Amino acid sequence: MKKEYKIIANLIKENSRVLDVGCGDGELMDFIFKNITKDVRGIEISKLNVQKCISKGLTVIEGDAESDLYQFPDSSFDYVILGQTLQAFLNPEKVLDELLRVGKRAVVTIPNFGHWKVRLNLLLKGTMPVTESLPHKWYNTPNLHMCTIKDFFNFCDNKKINFIKSLALNQQKLLNISRSNLNKRNFFSEIGIFLIKK
Amino acid sequence: MSKFENIKKLIVKDQLKLDCGQTISDFPIAYETYGKLNSKKDNAILVFHALTGDQFASDINPITKKDGWWKYALGNNKAIDTSKYFVICANVLGGCMGSFGPSSVNPKTGKSYGNDFPVITINDMVNAQYFLLKYFEIEKLFCVTGGSMGGMQVLQFVANYPNVAQTAVPIACTSNHSAQNIGLNELGRQAIMADANWQNGKYAETNLSPDKGLSVARMAAHITYLSKDALQEKFGRKLQERDDLKFSFDADFQIESYLRHQGSVFVDRFDANSYLYITRAMDYFDLNKKYGGNLSKAFEKSKTKFFIISFTSDWLYPSSENREIVIALNSIGADVGYVEIDSDKGHDSFLLNIPNFLETLGNFLNTSYERLNEKRV
Repeated sequence: MKKEYKIIANLIKENSRVLDVGCGDGELMDFIFKNITKDVRGIEISKLNVQKCISKGLTVIEGDAESDLYQFPDSSFDYVILGQTLQAFLNPEKVLDELLRVGKRAVVTIPNFGHWKVRLNLLLKGTMPVTESLPHKWYNTPNLHMCTIKDFFNFCDNKKINFIKSLALNQQKLLNISRSNLNKRNFFSEIGIFLIKK
Repeated sequence: MSKFENIKKLIVKDQLKLDCGQTISDFPIAYETYGKLNSKKDNAILVFHALTGDQFASDINPITKKDGWWKYALGNNKAIDTSKYFVICANVLGGCMGSFGPSSVNPKTGKSYGNDFPVITINDMVNAQYFLLKYFEIEKLFCVTGGSMGGMQVLQFVANYPNVAQTAVPIACTSNHSAQNIGLNELGRQAIMADANWQNGKYAETNLSPDKGLSVARMAAHITYLSKDALQEKFGRKLQERDDLKFSFDADFQIESYLRHQGSVFVDRFDANSYLYITRAMDYFDLNKKYGGNLSKAFEKSKTKFFIISFTSDWLYPSSENREIVIALNSIGADVGYVEIDSDKGHDSFLLNIPNFLETLGNFLNTSYERLNEKRV
């Protein structure tokens, strides 16, 4: 199981209503279903993944987060999860707005383009960075809008989105992100995990 | 002696008020069952058939001696596993496999009803089949499912009886018949009625029946059940047992011969008037309108867990129409899953051996059944 899944699950209150946007093969949903709340469902673009979710007994809708979130009423979920896919949307801002409309709270995780390995990769090699958390080449990456922890932090700030919890994950540990340590976290963390609300 | 003498039938003594205003009672609903009802009576699945289907969903149909229409999906160890579940399937009201329909004999006249039979609706079909649950003393169904018109009945069933089915799997269907589909049905009906042997619906008393018309209706409909790619792949421009074109109107092409065959075998098992009545019921189906233009309202009172399935190449009941049902359910926070299965076989995909479809259907049923049992423990 991906290391951030447990951290995400810990941000979710028991027996709450959860939507996992881009739920993949349902690994996180399955974990949440078994440990946190039975009221969890997903939306996933890949037919194969939807079929995998169904075989695990999970409720999933085949659909595109970019165009299909409109069908959910305002605040119809306690939590909406978006795991490492914000950067893959054509219009991440619109998707984020939709997440915060549909969910009372959103959990958004991002692969950090500001991590020192990524920076070094480009600086020294002069090629687009390929790392553990960003394994694709420039020509086949699904990531259209890469951002750093700092970018996302500032972006939410500008949009007057409230941070309930901001966490930075690197191989060793999980740390809090704040305005004062932002530059440091942005340099040393591979993944940013944010619990936000409007 | 009727050829339907030895099939299972429930004679419904109660009155059933039809949408057209007429009330019927003492009418037969022919049905078949597969598997065993367990002692808790929690493993029952009601399967609804499509336009030309019948109650014989699996095994060999004792009347036609052909395989059941859902042989790939339904049976021992299949997606709808009859070693686990008790499956009930009934011939719809208006049908011609033993249920009350236009070929039934009117006791008042001693003749077949023909087109004196009341116009029936999907709602009437569902309400008629509900009597079977009373007969089997089943309070909760584990699942209601069906494809095409069967899917429409699934939607209507949940709307009418919001807390009877634990799960509902409407497949390749719609919540309201489109203009295209009404048009295609009308084409079929006009083919039947244009046949002089139809005799204004009173052919049952004569030695003639509108076989030509019914066969043309079936040929036209059959094209709509397939996809362009499937037809092209199967037939292309291949010629039928000849080396060259004959410059005539014989069946030069294999596709012509195939359709003619489909038409001719269909008339042996199906009644032309039933075709008129059942296509009419499909055309009248508009669950949105019935709930004030808001489909969500049809399901508001229900806690049923939905799983909707469509097929990529189905242009008769396209994914967009299936998705409308998903959207209506999501907008009221209902428990709904949805998948569009990749298939180039068109609308008929739900009847065929499409492994992804069958696996997904089976997985949904089995995991849902397990989860329901976990809850009870």
